[in-house]
Amino acid sequence: MSQKLDSKIPAGNLADKWTQYRSSVSLVNPANKRNLEVIVVGTGLAGASAAATLAEMGYKVKAFCFQDSPRRAHSIAAQGGINAAKNYQNDGDSVYRLFYDTIKGGDYRAREANVHRLAEVSTNIIDQCVAQGVPFAREYGGTLSNRSFGGTQVQRTFYAAGQTGQQLLLGAYSALERQVGVGNVKMYTRHEMIEVVTIDGKARGIIARDLVSGKLERHFGHAVLLCTGGYGNVFYLSTNAMGSNVTAAWKAHKAGAYFANPCFTQIHPTCIPVSGHYQSKLTLMSESLRNDGRIWVPKAKGDKRHPNDIPEEERDYYLERRYPAFGNLVPRDVASRAAKERCDAGYGVGSSGMAVYLDFRYNMMNKYGRAEATKAGIENPDEATLFRLGKEVVKEKYGNLFDMYKQITDEDPYEVPMRIYPAVHYTMGGLWVDYELQTTVPGLYALGEANFSDHGANRLGASALMQGLADGYFVIPYTVGSYLSKEIHTKAIDTQHEAFEDAEKRASERIEKLMSIQGKRSVESYHRELGLIMWDKCGMARSEAGLKQAIDEIRALREDFYKNVRIPGKINEFNPELDKAGRVADFLELGELMCLDALNRNESCGGHFREEYQTEEGEALRDDEQYAYVAAWENTGEGWNLHKEDLQYENIKIQQRSYK
Amino acid sequence: MKLLSFLFTSSIGRKLIMALTGLFLCLFLIVHLIGNLQLFKADGGYAFNHYAWFMTSNPLIKTVSWGLYAMIILHAVKGIYLAMQNRKAREVSYGVNGGSSNSTWSSRNMAILGSIIFIFIGIHMGDFWREYKFGDEITWKSYTQDYNTQEVTWADYTPVEGQKIYAKDIEGGHMLVAKDLYVEVWESFKQPWIVLIYVLSMLALSFHLLHGFQSAFQTLGVNHPSYSPIIQFIGRAFAILVPLGFAAIPLYVLFQ
Amino acid sequence: MSDTLNINLKVWRQANGNEKGKFESYQVQANPDMSFLEMFDVLNEQLIEDGREPVAFDHDCREGICGMCSMVINGRPHGPKQGVTTCQLHMRSFKDGDTVVVEPWRASAFPVIKDLSVDRGAFDRIIAAGGYVSVNTGNAVDANSILIPKDVADKAFEAATCIGCGACVSACKNASAMLFVGAKVTQLSMLPQGQAERESRVVAMVNQMDAEGFGACTNTGACAAECPKEIPLSVIATLNREYTSAKLKGR
Repeated sequence: MSQKLDSKIPAGNLADKWTQYRSSVSLVNPANKRNLEVIVVGTGLAGASAAATLAEMGYKVKAFCFQDSPRRAHSIAAQGGINAAKNYQNDGDSVYRLFYDTIKGGDYRAREANVHRLAEVSTNIIDQCVAQGVPFAREYGGTLSNRSFGGTQVQRTFYAAGQTGQQLLLGAYSALERQVGVGNVKMYTRHEMIEVVTIDGKARGIIARDLVSGKLERHFGHAVLLCTGGYGNVFYLSTNAMGSNVTAAWKAHKAGAYFANPCFTQIHPTCIPVSGHYQSKLTLMSESLRNDGRIWVPKAKGDKRHPNDIPEEERDYYLERRYPAFGNLVPRDVASRAAKERCDAGYGVGSSGMAVYLDFRYNMMNKYGRAEATKAGIENPDEATLFRLGKEVVKEKYGNLFDMYKQITDEDPYEVPMRIYPAVHYTMGGLWVDYELQTTVPGLYALGEANFSDHGANRLGASALMQGLADGYFVIPYTVGSYLSKEIHTKAIDTQHEAFEDAEKRASERIEKLMSIQGKRSVESYHRELGLIMWDKCGMARSEAGLKQAIDEIRALREDFYKNVRIPGKINEFNPELDKAGRVADFLELGELMCLDALNRNESCGGHFREEYQTEEGEALRDDEQYAYVAAWENTGEGWNLHKEDLQYENIKIQQRSYK
Repeated sequence: MKLLSFLFTSSIGRKLIMALTGLFLCLFLIVHLIGNLQLFKADGGYAFNHYAWFMTSNPLIKTVSWGLYAMIILHAVKGIYLAMQNRKAREVSYGVNGGSSNSTWSSRNMAILGSIIFIFIGIHMGDFWREYKFGDEITWKSYTQDYNTQEVTWADYTPVEGQKIYAKDIEGGHMLVAKDLYVEVWESFKQPWIVLIYVLSMLALSFHLLHGFQSAFQTLGVNHPSYSPIIQFIGRAFAILVPLGFAAIPLYVLFQ
Repeated sequence: MSDTLNINLKVWRQANGNEKGKFESYQVQANPDMSFLEMFDVLNEQLIEDGREPVAFDHDCREGICGMCSMVINGRPHGPKQGVTTCQLHMRSFKDGDTVVVEPWRASAFPVIKDLSVDRGAFDRIIAAGGYVSVNTGNAVDANSILIPKDVADKAFEAATCIGCGACVSACKNASAMLFVGAKVTQLSMLPQGQAERESRVVAMVNQMDAEGFGACTNTGACAAECPKEIPLSVIATLNREYTSAKLKGR
């Protein structure tokens, strides 16, 4: 293990580590807390909950978001739910089971101690959210309702219709605004962090750009918390928000924070496919649809007939064919890769040929229609009756999703099969952090999707919300104290300090450089091209040759970007194109690192699938001997150095996942 | 009093004043209409003039009527103030306004409708109320009603200096000496342009009530899936029937 | 359906809050399957190519939940369709040759930043004034010790689905924020967790709402009709009731 990568995992039994840590971690007394300033960048679940909680404890907090309000952070778009080991359903759930499912779901590439802590605090999260007035779904008796999610055998997912992320974020946002109201948090909206300021190796503040005036601002903090989400937008098309970016994390990386497992990205199999070159983002269709939908493509290449005109014997239900045991319910990564394989081979459907059918007709008529007909005592029902009866059942189960699909595509999925295709929607990789969520830069922390810590190579459904809130509400308030307790003698540093001066100069030179290019191509066109390279060569399936080629292409594209990009407008004004240019410039560097990491990892695990490393049946082939480590990349300015944190599994036996 | 200061200092408080005064004025409309319907009686104006006398002389009614004037002023002044405040809340107006697709015409034009009604009240009071109370243009009549037959007889009456209107019981009947507002009204409504003003004003009142009646309940916080439809129905009926009743009188007189 | 739609756009252009704005006309070729915002992406690429300033507009999640997109399209916030945000409005709702007028939210409390972008910070300040339950992290009791009947939870959820986009303000002829405030007050006044601060909350939020310069509600119902999340008008009645009763109790 690298010298610099001290994960600071407490000694002792797995189940006692967190309790012992909390009991022994240094504390900061209330009088001193008032003199300690904490900067929180990002106001999603992790950022809002951290800022609110730290302010409640008495720290002086400054919070930043690039959106016009903290409530708009992309956590708001999470649909499904949030896991917690409450065992309210009495179905045998426990902290250990949640821990075990998460490690296994992550294909054995996550850190045991962190994940166990996550499972432990999961129950507190639900309590806290309910106390805030988050309107979770309830049973008639007034107790909380649960549903099941992929990768688990228990019902532990709490939800608020299809808007769980929204309700949780609004809870955290209201807690944050409460602290803004009483003056403990100073909120900076439409501000983007573009530099980390370090003094004597410690993070001491940030340079932020006021996106309305375009002016650069210096902000001091005894500690800096990055809660800035994932980098899925490096693919241009993803389920992320348009503004989601890697810039804050990337600037931290360039200031010395290691970036871990950047190639671990999750591709969700059921999204509405791209409809044209103008497409700006992709929309998820809940995974639950695969319970009743059958996935198929025509048996003949380039078959342009209407799906309802293609007879049964000319359809290829490829998942059922390849995975007879699991059929349409294979895990996300497998389903995604299989769809890509069919489309690449020329069997894809829709105008672009990059989609497969998700067809409800069979189950609607034969499963639900027949059952309903039997209930109603109809003998030998005709097709129309089966269809009518089955449709009612499907409507009840998935009505809102069907409506959303129709809204976007103008096709009625009751009549015509849905067209779906995989899309990027979460990144497991991120800034390397230790047990305290501190990056390799002292005083600089990363929370939520911005760090790498809890999901290994693949994230389970309903776990992202859990991690964001765990980090913000229940982990960082303790762990940041371990650092700040040693900082009580550090007076607030004047932002005239030369470190601030230098950082601001770096930032402003970068902006001026971008503005001075005045070439021919729009920022968007570079982003789109980068996305295509990433998607083709560092997406669902990767190969050595492809990745090497991608690195060359990204370098060339980056070079061209700095010669040919055109950014209209001025620096000191509201200029969304300039904001975007800064973000794309960072994606152009991150993309290379992702390919490098994917190239280094000569195995297939979770979301990372290397074509060279698969079983004869095309399954992912992990290499635990060689690659049971976290790849943490150090930026040298010229390139990257790899540091390895070996993963020790003391409480779980590593196994190969199998779906056959 | 401090408890109620919010009525004058907050947006919701001001709206409450609009709602409460508005509903009070609705009550007044009913009373006024019942009185006006006496005009249809072919009794030489006895019932109507008796009612007019009662309304202007009863001490309790007099007190209430001062309250009524205050309500009208308050409703109008607050309404104008709110309309001005509300205009300030949007300094640059839309190039294209889609109001018709999301709200009713009357709800968007309450201030204009209210102003029309306010001007009408001015004209109306100048026409009849001022004349009746302070003027000397109106002729007098004396009425006698026989209790047994309910028959009313009347005759012209010449008032003396400082003549007061009075009514008293006489043997076997009742007697009234009063200004003949009935004839005054009757003569006014023989002029088509006055009838036009009255009818148009009642149309404005109808639209004002169409939104105002149910809006007042919403402001008072009454909104319930079961009760709101009833309130809306009553509101609609009220907004159509009451102004129709008022407008019927000048039309009836004109076409008599 | 034709493959391309020729759209005549009239877009409000305003350099910043201090300068006066005006409409400018553009021609865009749109695909019926594009979202309205993607049509603006196309327009902006075109403008950048021509060396002109692209149109600034707010947008983020593009799946109808973040509440950032905010365009008044032909006089209606979020355009002609019921219950959708601008990002979920598709060009197939328009015809070839249509003239489409696009303006920002107009309200004194939402000053224009640039073109179609406005500052909705007033909403945050209203929430900061009282739109919360004061419960510090770590103070919570077990979640199932607070029993909430399903219908109450469902009703509270319905009010809580507000995305804070400001369409209600922009649709209201008085630029009133009552639907936004009413939604939050309704959610928290229905739930047992919100009872402790029930009265102080509504008073503080209404005070802030008034201070921000929003107009008063005249119950036109335009807000609820245009709300992309279809928050019902009844939340305003609830707000009126909660506020009046709190005031009469001396809050």
